Amino acid sequence: MPKMTIDGIEIEVPAGINVLQACELAGKEIPRFCYHERLSVAGNCRMCLVEQEKAPKPIASCAMPVAEGMVIKTDTPLVRKARNGVMEFLLINHPLDCPICDQGGECDLQDQAMAYGRGFSRYAEEKRAVTDKEFGPLVKTVMTRCIQCTRCIRFATEIAGTETLGGVSRGEHLEITTYVEKTLDSELSGNLIDVCPVGALTSKPYAFTARPWELVKTDSIDVADATGTNIRLDTRGREVLRVLPRLNEDVNEEWMADKGRFNVDGLMRQRLDRPYVRVDGKLKPATWTEALDAIAAKLKGLDGKKIAAIAGDLCDAESMFALKEVMTSLGSGNLDCRQDGAAVDPKVRASYLFNTTIAGIEKADAILLIGTNPRWEAPIVNARIRKRYLKGGLKVAAIGPKYDLTYPVDVLGAGADTLGQFANGSHAFAQVLKDAKAPMLIVGMGALARPDGAAILAQAKAVADACGLIKEGWNGFNVLQTAAGRVAGLELGFVPKQGGRDIAGILDGTRKGEIEFVYLLGADEIDPSHFGKAFVVYQGHHGDRGAHRADVVLPGAAYTEKDGTYMNLEGRAQLAMLAIFPPGEAKEDWAILRALSEKLGKPLGYDTLDQLRTKLYQANKRFQRLNAVEPAFWEDFGHMGSMGAGSTDAKPFASPIANYYMTDPISRASATMAECTEAFVSPKKKTGTHG
Amino acid sequence: MSAAATNDDFVQPTSFAFSEANLAEAKKHIAKYPKGRQASAVMPLLWLAQYQEGWVSRVAMDVIAEMLEMAPIRVYEVATFYTMYNLKPVGKHLVQICRTTPCWLRGSDGLTEMCKKKLGVDLHGTSADGKFTIMEVECLGACVNAPMVQINDDFYEDLTPETLAKVLDELAAGRQPKIGPQVDRLNSAPEGGMTTLKDVAKGAGQ
Amino acid sequence: MALQDKDRIFLNLYGQDDWKLAGARRRGIWDNTKDILAKGRDAIVNEIKASDLRGRGGAGFPTGLKWSFMPKASDGRPAYLVVNADESEPGTCKDREIMRFDPHTLVEGCLVAGFAMGCTAAYIYIRGEFPLECKNLQTAIDEAYAAGLIGKNACGSGYDYDVFLHRGAGAYICGEETALIESLEGKKGQPRLKPPFPAACGLYGCPSTVNNVETIAVTPTIMRRGAAWFGALGRPKNTGTKLFCISGHVNKPCNVEEEMGIPLKELIERHAGGVRGGWDNLLAIIPGGASVPLLPKSICDEVLMDFDSLRAVTSGLGTAAVIVMDKSTDLIEAIARLSHFYMHESCGQCTPCREGTGWMYRIMQRFVRGDGKSAEIDMLQDITKQVEGHTICALGDAAAWPIQGLIRHFRPVIEERMSQYALRRAAE
Repeated sequence: MPKMTIDGIEIEVPAGINVLQACELAGKEIPRFCYHERLSVAGNCRMCLVEQEKAPKPIASCAMPVAEGMVIKTDTPLVRKARNGVMEFLLINHPLDCPICDQGGECDLQDQAMAYGRGFSRYAEEKRAVTDKEFGPLVKTVMTRCIQCTRCIRFATEIAGTETLGGVSRGEHLEITTYVEKTLDSELSGNLIDVCPVGALTSKPYAFTARPWELVKTDSIDVADATGTNIRLDTRGREVLRVLPRLNEDVNEEWMADKGRFNVDGLMRQRLDRPYVRVDGKLKPATWTEALDAIAAKLKGLDGKKIAAIAGDLCDAESMFALKEVMTSLGSGNLDCRQDGAAVDPKVRASYLFNTTIAGIEKADAILLIGTNPRWEAPIVNARIRKRYLKGGLKVAAIGPKYDLTYPVDVLGAGADTLGQFANGSHAFAQVLKDAKAPMLIVGMGALARPDGAAILAQAKAVADACGLIKEGWNGFNVLQTAAGRVAGLELGFVPKQGGRDIAGILDGTRKGEIEFVYLLGADEIDPSHFGKAFVVYQGHHGDRGAHRADVVLPGAAYTEKDGTYMNLEGRAQLAMLAIFPPGEAKEDWAILRALSEKLGKPLGYDTLDQLRTKLYQANKRFQRLNAVEPAFWEDFGHMGSMGAGSTDAKPFASPIANYYMTDPISRASATMAECTEAFVSPKKKTGTHG
Repeated sequence: MSAAATNDDFVQPTSFAFSEANLAEAKKHIAKYPKGRQASAVMPLLWLAQYQEGWVSRVAMDVIAEMLEMAPIRVYEVATFYTMYNLKPVGKHLVQICRTTPCWLRGSDGLTEMCKKKLGVDLHGTSADGKFTIMEVECLGACVNAPMVQINDDFYEDLTPETLAKVLDELAAGRQPKIGPQVDRLNSAPEGGMTTLKDVAKGAGQ
Repeated sequence: MALQDKDRIFLNLYGQDDWKLAGARRRGIWDNTKDILAKGRDAIVNEIKASDLRGRGGAGFPTGLKWSFMPKASDGRPAYLVVNADESEPGTCKDREIMRFDPHTLVEGCLVAGFAMGCTAAYIYIRGEFPLECKNLQTAIDEAYAAGLIGKNACGSGYDYDVFLHRGAGAYICGEETALIESLEGKKGQPRLKPPFPAACGLYGCPSTVNNVETIAVTPTIMRRGAAWFGALGRPKNTGTKLFCISGHVNKPCNVEEEMGIPLKELIERHAGGVRGGWDNLLAIIPGGASVPLLPKSICDEVLMDFDSLRAVTSGLGTAAVIVMDKSTDLIEAIARLSHFYMHESCGQCTPCREGTGWMYRIMQRFVRGDGKSAEIDMLQDITKQVEGHTICALGDAAAWPIQGLIRHFRPVIEERMSQYALRRAAE
């Protein structure tokens, strides 16, 4: 711990940090543009210059490692002169277009010019103009505003792992570009907007929409995948205008994936804003009373065995809990939150969680991917694997299709046959896992959500046991969930009760007429033909697949429109807050279920969300322990059903996601996501070279 | 030139391949650098491409990127950073007139004016017959033989507009003019005879 | 007393003799190289230290001291000698002569210096504009390999040593040692942040030392003739011989090897045929390449050509490239051309240089016309100070100093131009 003196303050700082960080520890703020603590140090903007005793020139504090006995001064005439000079240089070629710049009000250059800029310009020469670049539907460029800090290049190269951005030419002609006409092919491209300290890279969909001071900010959780990215919703009136990541070192650090950031226009389209009841084969607008009456009428006298409920991918824990209780009151044990049929074991937490945790990836030294494309299924998790890869000494192998995951992956085979060679230890990579200090396997829905999923889960467990993935203080067995609501559903038991039907059983029942009533809580990923003649209630927020088949539609709230608890793939409970009210007559989902229970004559035992949560917490304390991950016990799992796990199929694994940009009702309704599909996914399908 | 590199007013070819000889040469260059450091060979390979085609096309950069396992953008960065890579086609003879102070002091402006007039082109222009492209460049490092120009690989030194005109005429006629000083002088020794090393004449030694 | 031919190191400076191995051997190059190596690493470094040889690339850092920064024992990483043959400082054309007419001095120097620092190989980074020099130097390297002078068991010393040539492609900034290393690694030539310094983490992350061509080429002769011989030439801490390049308004521009500390006037009159129109027709001289401030005639009359003498008159020896300007010279344009040079050669990485060099040039361009106010001269001076000392590498300083020199010594000339311009405008 070197001791140093900063502006007369003696301070002991951790070894290995830089002077800029040390100054911050001493409470001295250092202005900067190019420095970003999650990117490599460029030292090019020169804004962070400080005075170091005995040094002949001011030093770039971001690039100077701390050393014992250093004496630093951050506020001297020399330092001020240096920073004023740098600020003037940055401004001479910067356009005077702040009034029409979307960065206005949250611009580092604007802010720091207030502190270090002159009130006038000494620059009498012509200003430079730089051609704008075409980066695709998400990132808008106004390159004349660029201050060449290279944060975007470093983000794309280091974090995103898509080496397409560079600085071409030199001197005052230095330009940030892809050089060839090429869109930014990354699921993390929106972060470029966040790292850009000026208005050179801004959000294209959000262009000219609002000023930051007009926006109301609400903390929330991204539901576009199961990562549980911490986000902030910026709203004005009844509209979510943009989404930004919030810092959470354990989950998303300060990044977020593009789908959750840019799908919000989908919240305004194809919304269910009033109840509907099917009359003479057609959905007709109805009042809440009419809709609930229709349901009650259908349920009246119906045997619980003939009733089923399916929870979808975007559900909050509270509404699933309420629906589960409604089902109990109806005497039905037919419920499932796994609409894709993923064969995880609801009784054993370790069988469905990402046990290593996202941050734990950084400790891993060998990873086996099984039937997963983490780049599309959880871009933030993938970025963490890449972060670990960049530190060196990580081996990654995969069983499944070959994807460009932004780090080298050794594809070992296509499917279960290869996996079998691990369970019996005969595969060469099995030895790599055994020799590793912190080995991981990540099994995806591409392997589990198929008829032989249970057998594959059993094999994966056998691999974990055989290859030493479970050791003191380390659990290397991981399931990569893709649905934001899935883990909460499993945790609160939205799964078949003793003797009840699971998803396959429910659909078998509807096909055969044994199930006559199905309640879909935001479940949109099931082929409606399976429902046969059953009476279908759809409660949800979008007029997507589920609503189209329904006999009664109950308009619910999107994740932005209710207070809800989500549990991410690690089993981490997190709160999303209501940012805007549901449209039209739509209501918060738990309240709809409360109203229905009243109508059914079996009222749920709570009248407020708080009361509901108290019950939820009583049932499962983990929902109460916000932002905490409780390690799962390594128990026996992998032989579900009376016949055991069964045998595996030779069919190759395939990722469940065919198009990253459209995976749920919100993103399917989004025009921006449609543009992204056109720009990023369709061209690859044409040439047949994904990744 | 680099700044205008993306403003294409010419056709980029769709394919590029090194000749067999150049491919062998490329491998020799790659072998100069330690294993895993093959990116070091990017400049020599860009040179080879330029010698082969007269300029460096985008597809040539892509081919080089693949050969060296580099992201193409890293090759574009290099090719646009260094001014000697021609990112668009140039004439058969690339006339680079040194404009920096030591040459300017001895009349480089006159050389530029003569070239523009004689060839009927502006700077960075190529003569109608495709034989000459002229440009002004910064110091070429032959300052005691100023003013001077570099034409392709050769230095022509101690020039006047008249003597440079003669050099251009010779080249236009397909003949190789005398390279080096265009006055009676031994390389960078003082005109009219050496002031040193007189006793260390040819073959004398120490 | 002028330097005698017997004390000159570069005997084929003008290419009057055979530059290949046979000629080089006749001139004493590669004599007893094995014996030099046999003295051992420390002995060589100490001898170079004792000679007080200072780097010939411009900064004048003591060479022996620089060599001693290299690790004494390898930690498993190889170490590299990197030779800076990116000679690009305007006015300078000395390394060119070594490489085209005496390349074996350099190849032999690479072995001696590299051995002294425990290097496994030398990479010579030659500027792209020197294709002929590149060809000759490569020929010399090939000859040396064929003769067993370098390569496996170099000179029969038991030491394995490679020499590789790498050609640049037009970037002055690659003369900056860390930019050169970046370029050698296949990247844009953008200077690195220091620390770490190359001796700890240089080429490919390995210990490296970057030396100028002339510095390396003189070391075998120093080893053969002894530090005492070299140290007796010149003045204390400014020892030895030096290649000077005399360009501009002299009667006979030339390169010449002379003793350090030779009076500037004597250098010009003895070798370059004097200033055009006589010494009294002299206006100013840039004594050490474009980066150093110019000197008015009054200082040129007396000043000695070495590091410390020129530093004392707020200029520098730099690369010892003497650019002479007589009274016919438009000094503002002469310096504006240099400002253009620095703008053109800025790598663009850091703010003050990327933005400042263009601004300074554009102001200078106006000043050439006289389009400006006297207060703007102070502003320009202030801008040079905003660039100087605030950049990643020394190019920012180099861009600032010529302008500062002009303002320091010739401010009235700029003001006079401005009043003439104002008068003309008023008359229009």
